[in-house]
Amino acid sequence: MTAEMNEARPLLQLLNVSISPKKTPSRLLVNDVSFSIAAGKTTCVVGESGSGKSLTALSVMGLLSKQLQLTSGKVIFNDGLLNGKKSAEQDLTLLDEASLRKIRGAKIAMIFQEPMTSLNPVLTVGYQIGESLTTHLGLKGDTLKAKIASLLEMVGIPPSRANSYPDELSGGQRQRVMIAMSIACEPRLLIADEPTTALDVTVQAQILKLLDELKTRMNMGMLFITHDFGVVADIADNVVVMFRGEIVESGTKEEVLGNPQHPYTKALLDCVPDAEGKKPLKPIDYAWLKNTELKESGLNEDKGA
Amino acid sequence: MSNIILQANRLVKTYTQRSGKFGFGTTLVRALDDVSISLTEGKTLAVVGESGSGKSTLARCLLQLQPLDSGEVLFAGQDLAKLSGSDLRAVRKNLQMVFQDPFASLNPRMRVGEIVGEGLLIHQLGNAAEQQKKVIAMLKRVGLTEADMQKYPHEFSGGQRQRVGIARALVLQPKVVVCDEPVSALDVSIQAQILLLLKELQAEMALSYVFISHDLRVVRHIADDIVVMNGGKVVEQGKVEDIYQHPQHEYTQNLLAAIPGKKAVNA
Repeated sequence: MTAEMNEARPLLQLLNVSISPKKTPSRLLVNDVSFSIAAGKTTCVVGESGSGKSLTALSVMGLLSKQLQLTSGKVIFNDGLLNGKKSAEQDLTLLDEASLRKIRGAKIAMIFQEPMTSLNPVLTVGYQIGESLTTHLGLKGDTLKAKIASLLEMVGIPPSRANSYPDELSGGQRQRVMIAMSIACEPRLLIADEPTTALDVTVQAQILKLLDELKTRMNMGMLFITHDFGVVADIADNVVVMFRGEIVESGTKEEVLGNPQHPYTKALLDCVPDAEGKKPLKPIDYAWLKNTELKESGLNEDKGA
Repeated sequence: MSNIILQANRLVKTYTQRSGKFGFGTTLVRALDDVSISLTEGKTLAVVGESGSGKSTLARCLLQLQPLDSGEVLFAGQDLAKLSGSDLRAVRKNLQMVFQDPFASLNPRMRVGEIVGEGLLIHQLGNAAEQQKKVIAMLKRVGLTEADMQKYPHEFSGGQRQRVGIARALVLQPKVVVCDEPVSALDVSIQAQILLLLKELQAEMALSYVFISHDLRVVRHIADDIVVMNGGKVVEQGKVEDIYQHPQHEYTQNLLAAIPGKKAVNA
């Protein structure tokens, strides 16, 4: 897409991904979505509820619900060098469940929206962070304990809290625990599905900063799903805008936020209240949008490619 | 011009929380600690703060949905806490609330027509035909249709449900509406629609709003005055422009600094 992305093989490439319910394969919930993520970069997928942004993320991990299917498309994962030898590109959609399980948590990790419901309430947070370390890296005993402590420290939680249960932590701390779990095996790609939506603004700012630092330090690629353009402006390198299951616009943050091309992107940006309160709010006029879209459908095809 | 329509003086509300081993001990949590606010007629007063700051408790206490420990809430000069049940009910017609969660705040077993019309029924305003007329007019005003009266809440999207919640509050033609995070559960595009609707209705019906929110970007758009709460206390209050441009208290400064996307992207 951009020159920057071409110079190295991207970490993850979605090629023409379409998703539909198994019962009605003609009804595409995600339609022909393609984009890529480079190592050390953050790609934000933005859209309203029902735009297909979460489904797209789940399809990368092979975690689509049983009622849904990947109708077409490839998810090419290229984690570069591994154990000294060059690992080939893999199409994640072709892997069986056992091979996927080896990748999930180890090379691709995910953070979910709800820090309250994504942790197991009857296990200590230390145990939960350690689980993937034992499974994927075979760590045990004191090495495991030391690793858990250092992970907690990395996300800004006192290591002594390893023995706490999730209900003893605040929302922001729980999300930090989720982050510690997800980065435990130093994944190449981190998928974050609205990780800060449920948090207070000040906590949100801390978590975004933490994710950004970790991304740089570990040279991870990040697929960040959000509906908040403020968050996009803070964290994204590249932006993909989705509407009704399709990508309507994609590009660098500066291109998409600074000079939006598609009428939907413009309309969506117009409903975001700005911090200065100078810009009048303008809700999306969907009927108008439909007409404009038809007129400018040339632009549409162009961006989908 | 500046008539104070709703005034709260030195509100205190404490909750007891179980603590210690097996919850045998109790500790007092001060949800409202000497909070005083005043709402000017026809204006919007925003109450901002993070979770646990006491802003929702304040909303509920203003409407006497929860008893206060001490302090008074004056509506048009009357202390609401001193009113008897029937007198309070009569005043409540003028004080309505729009709730945060459009999914949980509407009775799933009632049709939208019944939900919106219930207040008219309770306050015995007009006969059945008049009530129905009012309900239909209100639904149309908030962007729904007459046919929607027969539907149940689950048949609507989040934004539409919030419209039902607004119609329910406004059909009684209240003077003061307390909105508790009315747009936090909605998509930005829907959020913009609802904010504009609230603003239009305010002008048309001469409403005064208490607007509870954690989103300072939203508040900037809708509020005239702001109260910043932290830990049950008011840390700062004043005009919107003053607070945004010259926040005095450290907590307000932190809140403003944490707004995502402050560094505008202009390529």
